[in-house]
Amino acid sequence: MKMQRALTRWLLALGALHGTVVCAGFFAPYDPAVQDRMYPYLPPMRVHLVDTQGHLHARPFVYQPKLRVGSFDQYEEDITDPRPVKFLPSGDYYRLLGFLSCRRHLFGAKNARIYLLGTDAYGRDQLSRLLFGGQVSLVAGLLGAGITLLIGMCIGAVAGYFGGWRDGLLMRLSELFMALPWLYLLFAIRAFLPLAVSPLKAFFLIIAVIGTVGWARPARLVRGVVLSAKERDFVRAARGFGATNGYLLRRHILPETSSVLLTQAAILIPQYVLAEMTLSFLGLGVPEPVPSWGNLLSSLQQYSVLISHWWMYLPAVAIVPFFLGYLGLASSLHERGAAYKIESRILGNLT
Amino acid sequence: MRYLLRRLGHALLLLAGVSVLTFLFTALAPGTYFDEMRMNPQIAPETIAALRAQYGLDKPLPLRYASWLSSLVHGEMGFSFAYNSPVAPLLLVRAGNTLLLTITSTLLAWAIALPLGTWSAERMGRLPDRLLSWGTAMLLVIPDLALALGLLVLAVRSGWFPTGGMASVGFETLSPFNKLRDVALHMILPVTALVLSTLPLLFRHVRAAIADILDAPFLLAALGHGIPKRTLLYRYALPAAANPLISLFGFSIGMLLSGSLLIEVVMSWPGLGPLLLEAILARDLYVVIGGILFSTFFLVGGNLFADLLLYWADPRIRTESNAQ
Repeated sequence: MKMQRALTRWLLALGALHGTVVCAGFFAPYDPAVQDRMYPYLPPMRVHLVDTQGHLHARPFVYQPKLRVGSFDQYEEDITDPRPVKFLPSGDYYRLLGFLSCRRHLFGAKNARIYLLGTDAYGRDQLSRLLFGGQVSLVAGLLGAGITLLIGMCIGAVAGYFGGWRDGLLMRLSELFMALPWLYLLFAIRAFLPLAVSPLKAFFLIIAVIGTVGWARPARLVRGVVLSAKERDFVRAARGFGATNGYLLRRHILPETSSVLLTQAAILIPQYVLAEMTLSFLGLGVPEPVPSWGNLLSSLQQYSVLISHWWMYLPAVAIVPFFLGYLGLASSLHERGAAYKIESRILGNLT
Repeated sequence: MRYLLRRLGHALLLLAGVSVLTFLFTALAPGTYFDEMRMNPQIAPETIAALRAQYGLDKPLPLRYASWLSSLVHGEMGFSFAYNSPVAPLLLVRAGNTLLLTITSTLLAWAIALPLGTWSAERMGRLPDRLLSWGTAMLLVIPDLALALGLLVLAVRSGWFPTGGMASVGFETLSPFNKLRDVALHMILPVTALVLSTLPLLFRHVRAAIADILDAPFLLAALGHGIPKRTLLYRYALPAAANPLISLFGFSIGMLLSGSLLIEVVMSWPGLGPLLLEAILARDLYVVIGGILFSTFFLVGGNLFADLLLYWADPRIRTESNAQ
C-alpha cells in the first residue's frame, strides 16, 4: 500500500512538471524567439515587495534595468522606475496544446519586460526558452523511448517466443549494440546523417536516432519474460486448444511484459532527454532558434559566458526535478515489479 | 585457460562486428568530405571526382571495407581527409589522453565506492546510510552535462583549478616534475566530473551486493566466533560479494567512456571526444570509424580485464572451465 502511494506521488509530481511544460505558452511570459536587443545578457531580475523608502507593496514589482554609467554590458536597477508585475496579462500569441490560439500569460509587467532567469545573447527570455525547450526535449525523450520500447518488444518477443536461430542471431546483434558505449553509438549514427537540416527535420531525425540506439537492453529483458511466460500452464493450455502464435503473443504473453516495459520506460525517458540534450549541446541536434534544453546550455561552451554570465547555467539546475521525478518513478515501479516473482529475477540486474 | 581464450575470441568477433556495423552506417551517409568542395566554383568537378577516386570513395562498400582492413593491418586505419595523414597515429595520441582520464577516474571511483558502500551497507537503514543514499540519489539525477558545466562555472569563478585543455601555456619549458604536476592539476576537473557521475551507481551496487551477503550463514557463524566486525566486512563479506561487482567493473568502463566523450568536449580535454566531434562535423569518415572502434576496443578490453579478474577471483569459474 505504501508502495502504491509512493508511485502515485511520483506520478503526480511528474504530471505537474510535464503540465507546466505542455502549457509552456501560458507559463512563459514571452515568445521564446522574440529578441530584446536593448538587453542582451541581462542578469535575472529581482522581484521586489519593498521599495527603497521601505514601503511594503501588495503588488510585487521590478525595477527597469539600465546600463551602468560608463559601461556597455553591466546593468543595474533603475530605482526611480518601478514596474508593477501584472498577472494574467495578454501578450505574445501562442498555441496552447498546439492548436488553441491564445495570448493570455501567467504573468508579465506593465509597460516593461520581466526576465526572471535573465536573457541570452540576443535578449531572449531564458525562462520562456527553458519552458518551450522542455517541450522539444521531453517530446524527444518520450517518442524516443516509445520507439525503443516498440523495437525492443518486437525483437524480444520474436527471439524469446520462436527461439532457435532467430534467438541466436538477434541476441548476438543485441550484444553488439550493447558493446558500444552508447554515446559513441549515438554519435556514430548521427555522424552519417545529414548535418544541416531544418529544425523540424532535425528533431525527428534525432528522435529516430536516439530511439533506434537503445533497443538491446529492453529486447533482452522482454525476451527473458517471454521465455518464462510461454512455458506457463495457461499458455500451454491455450496452445493445446489450438490458439495461434499471434493470438498467444497478443493475448497471453505480451501483457506479461508490461511491467518490465513500464520500468524500462521510466529509465529510458530521462536517459533519452539527456541524449537529446547532449546532441543539441554539441550542435548535432535541434538547431537554433528553436530552443531545447541542450542548445540552451550550449552558449556555456564559450569561456566569456562562463566567466561573466552565470545565469546561463540556471536552466541546468531547473531541469533536475524532472530527472528526480523519473528516478523516483523508476524505483517505485521497480519495487512494485519486484513484488511479482517472475519479473523480480529479471529486474534484478537493472542498472 | 580455455575460458579466457573463449572470451578473447568473443571480444575479437565483437570488434569485427562493430567495424562492419560502422561501415554499414557509412553507406547510409549522404555526402562525403569532398561535397563541401562542390560549392566552390574554383574546383572543377573532375578534380573532386579524381579526389574521390584517389581515396577510394567511388568503390562499392565491400571493396572499401577490404582496403580499410588492409590498411588496418599496416597500422593506418584509413586516411584522414581533414588532417591529411593516416588515422591511427592521430587517434593514438588522443586515445592515450582519454585513457589517462578514464583509468584514473575508474580507479578513483571504485576506490571511493567500495569502502563507502560496504560501510553504508553495514549501517543499513541508519542515519549515515540514509544520508548517503539520498546524496547519491541526488548525484544520480543531476545530468552529466549539468554537473560538468557546474564544475566549470565553479572553477572559473573561483579560479582554484585550471580549466580547459591538458597543459598550461609554456608546458614544454617545465621540468618533468612540474609537467606531471601541471597535467595532474588539469585533470582535477574532468576527473571530478567523471567520478561524481559514476560514483552513485557504483555505490548503490556495492551497497546492495554487501547487504545481500551480510545475512549469509557463514558470516553469522564468523560473527559468532568473535571475528571483529571490520575484518568480517572487508576480509570476508567483500570478497564474497565481489562476483557481480567485477562484472559491473567492466560495465563501468563503458559508462565512463561515454561520459568522458561529453566531458572532454565540455572541458576541452584533448581526447577522443573532441576529435570525434570535429570529424563528424567535417565528415571525416575514417576518423569517425577509427574513433568508434577505439572506444569499442577500450570497452571490450575493460570487459576482458573484468573476465580475467573474475577468473582469478572466483574459483568456481576456474574449476568449471577446467572441467570442460
